[in-house]
Amino acid sequence: MIRSLIPLFTLLIVSTIFAVGLTKDPRSIPSQLINQKFPSFSLSELNDAENIITEKDLLNKVSLVNVFGSWCAACITEHPFLMGISDKENINLIGMNWRDDRVKAINWLNYYGDPYDKIIYDDESTLAIQLGVTGAPESFIIDFQGQIRYKHIGIINKKNWEKDILPIINSINKI
Amino acid sequence: MKKCFLIPLLAIALSFNAISKLPQSDIDLRSKEIGKSLRCVVCQNQSIEDSDAPLAADMRQIVKKRILEGDTNDEIINYMRRQYGDFVLLKPPFQKNTLALWILPFMLIMASGAWFFKAKK
Repeated sequence: MIRSLIPLFTLLIVSTIFAVGLTKDPRSIPSQLINQKFPSFSLSELNDAENIITEKDLLNKVSLVNVFGSWCAACITEHPFLMGISDKENINLIGMNWRDDRVKAINWLNYYGDPYDKIIYDDESTLAIQLGVTGAPESFIIDFQGQIRYKHIGIINKKNWEKDILPIINSINKI
Repeated sequence: MKKCFLIPLLAIALSFNAISKLPQSDIDLRSKEIGKSLRCVVCQNQSIEDSDAPLAADMRQIVKKRILEGDTNDEIINYMRRQYGDFVLLKPPFQKNTLALWILPFMLIMASGAWFFKAKK
């Protein structure tokens, strides 16, 4: 009697494993870089090719590095929210213009508005690959010591800003 | 004194020589080999060698650049692994959290074999 139930139990265990596995989003790849130093880089500012930005430019405040591109449809959805926080919050809002064309990106910002304090121009994924970026938009929180504290994949909106991102920024600012 | 001055020069000359001696076909072959073992993080079930995604193209460029700089295949793969995690490897490594993945099939074969012979008796 018990023996004949073995296949049924096996099926149950296997289907539970599959059920759990299938609910996981394969696109959200865990970041390897939490609590690690932000990679050192030397790239030009989007609006001024002569002006070089390095990792040291991120250190005066808590920085929110936001990966975007004029080719990125989801970035348009995210953009109004970034415009809203650009002057309110006590952060450095750093844009990382990824795999874009300088002129197209500047036109895009002229049209939708520019919320960023500085914009890193990364057209060849030099910094993106060092950061483990897989898509846009993606955002990183960097503390005063230049450590990556959080990675957010996808659009920042009011909900995840208040629930996930702002508490981390506030906790860093309190110290 | 003069000889001391020559040593670094010689070293530089030799290293230039080493770089220029890496034939193009060798670089292509190695970058292909590395590219095939790295997962494209955008299209996920393709290797960066097979993928047309822009990010995969940039990753291939970095692989080539690192080969030219003299990195070994393992060093390049580990570099990518540091940013993207084990996820970037198409072949999962044999380690603690993949133990079940590697061992289970053999255990299943053995168990079913044992069962089969027991049933025959």
